[in-house]
Amino acid sequence: MTTSPVKALVVDKLEVTFDRFRALRGVSLDVMPGESFGLVGESGSGKSTLLRAVAGLAPTSGGSISVNGKRLDGKRTKAFYREVQMVFQDPYGSLHPRQTVDRLLLEPLAVHGFADIEKRILRALDEVGLGSSFRFRYSHQLSGGQRQRVAIARALILEPSILLLDEPTSALDASVQAEVLNLLEQIRRDRKLTFLMVSHDLAVVTHMCDRLMVMQNGAEVERLSAADLAARKVTQAYTRNLLVASEGFVRPGTPAA
Amino acid sequence: MSTLLTVKDLRVQFPTRTGVVDAVRGVSFTLGRERLGIVGESGSGKSQTGRAIMGLTPPHAKITAETLNFDGIDLLHVSAAERRSLRGNRIAMILQDPKYSLNPVMSIGRQIVETLRTHEKVSKSEARKRALDMLAAVQIRDPERVFDLHPHEVSGGMGQRAMIAMMLVTGPELLIADEPTSALDVTVQLDVLAILDNLVRDRGMGLIFISHDLRLVSSFCDRVIVMYAGRIVEEIAAKDLHNAKHPYTQGLLNCMPKIGADTHPLPVLDRKPEWAA
Repeated sequence: MTTSPVKALVVDKLEVTFDRFRALRGVSLDVMPGESFGLVGESGSGKSTLLRAVAGLAPTSGGSISVNGKRLDGKRTKAFYREVQMVFQDPYGSLHPRQTVDRLLLEPLAVHGFADIEKRILRALDEVGLGSSFRFRYSHQLSGGQRQRVAIARALILEPSILLLDEPTSALDASVQAEVLNLLEQIRRDRKLTFLMVSHDLAVVTHMCDRLMVMQNGAEVERLSAADLAARKVTQAYTRNLLVASEGFVRPGTPAA
Repeated sequence: MSTLLTVKDLRVQFPTRTGVVDAVRGVSFTLGRERLGIVGESGSGKSQTGRAIMGLTPPHAKITAETLNFDGIDLLHVSAAERRSLRGNRIAMILQDPKYSLNPVMSIGRQIVETLRTHEKVSKSEARKRALDMLAAVQIRDPERVFDLHPHEVSGGMGQRAMIAMMLVTGPELLIADEPTSALDVTVQLDVLAILDNLVRDRGMGLIFISHDLRLVSSFCDRVIVMYAGRIVEEIAAKDLHNAKHPYTQGLLNCMPKIGADTHPLPVLDRKPEWAA
């Protein structure tokens, strides 16, 4: 395990405590470059907290996080945010309501001192399938799916190597979800990105990820590959419950189909 | 099976600065004491259909229908007072997110009692007892404790149970559930559905279940109406859903990722203009 290549992300026995509440209880995981790793669990399982801790948005109280072989300490540097970008759950809340798409995309480029701003904005919009006609619109003039595309464009515009995705499609319609998931897969292939994706939907995670971790109460329940999950090779009762729940409602008394 | 609700050619229009928006365009269906699902994407008019039946359409909107009849009552032409006496009493509605649909500054118990005492002349102690019974009926383990809690002190699943308790305490005949489980975790989702299922069966209610999740609806309802751009594109028995004819229904079914099915990329809807015609 210690040989080449350098792991994209290593989380080791990470602890996050809010006041006296332990939100994360010694969670470890490692993600290889170009891999897509999923975190599944219900509300309060700590899956989003883990993602936020990696991004520097949640206070860690123990353990360590390394990105591309470099250990992260305290405040994240600018260079870190060029490598790691995040897409949030709610596209209605994560875009500034009084900034145009152009301003939204310009901001990260300005912060990081990019020169060819014009070209990059056009390319980013094009890449997420929103022609240049969307450039001077406000986010309230966009649909949920279009907003999430803007959020993805904003994350991609700095050309990061790791994308943190926090329930990127759970606020969207099923049909729009399919479009956004396809877009994310396309981008990952084209740019050889590493994904760390959080979702409460087992089906979405198995679709998108090679490996996944099931979490509950801030700790790991089980780590397994998507193929194992598809073959129902699960060892923990909790995972099995999630699996059953994802298949829809079964009326008691009727035999399962 | 007796008919509880008849909807014929229902239309809901919103005048806006840029012209009239047709949210619902000629929806017709009948409902007995059964579980009917209404499925569609955002903007398909499914929620506006539910709200029109409930009488919660904003006042500036225009509602027309050939028939909108609930158990012999013409809902389009009754007075506001009669509408109020129906609403929450014989027709009830469960909304999507308990975080926003419960009163944040009132304890859960008081909200349930308020609903009950608005519609029935019962003493305070009787109302309290019935509220506690109802909380127990939605499988809240410690009704006495939850009665005095405020909505922010309970989890989403518990809040939604309290919401269901509040809506069912008056014993309605028609229940409209607008995305009742979308804000909940999958495991909690099934608990809430099981509670809803039992109550609907035991009390012989008619249920309209509005959702964007076709698979969930089909596993729960007897019959499903699929809406697109304000119209019904297909009506189908839930058990025949896999034989759905309309490409939109098929599209909705296929676009969801499925565990074990290795479809990359996922099929997306190829929207045809004639669907909305």
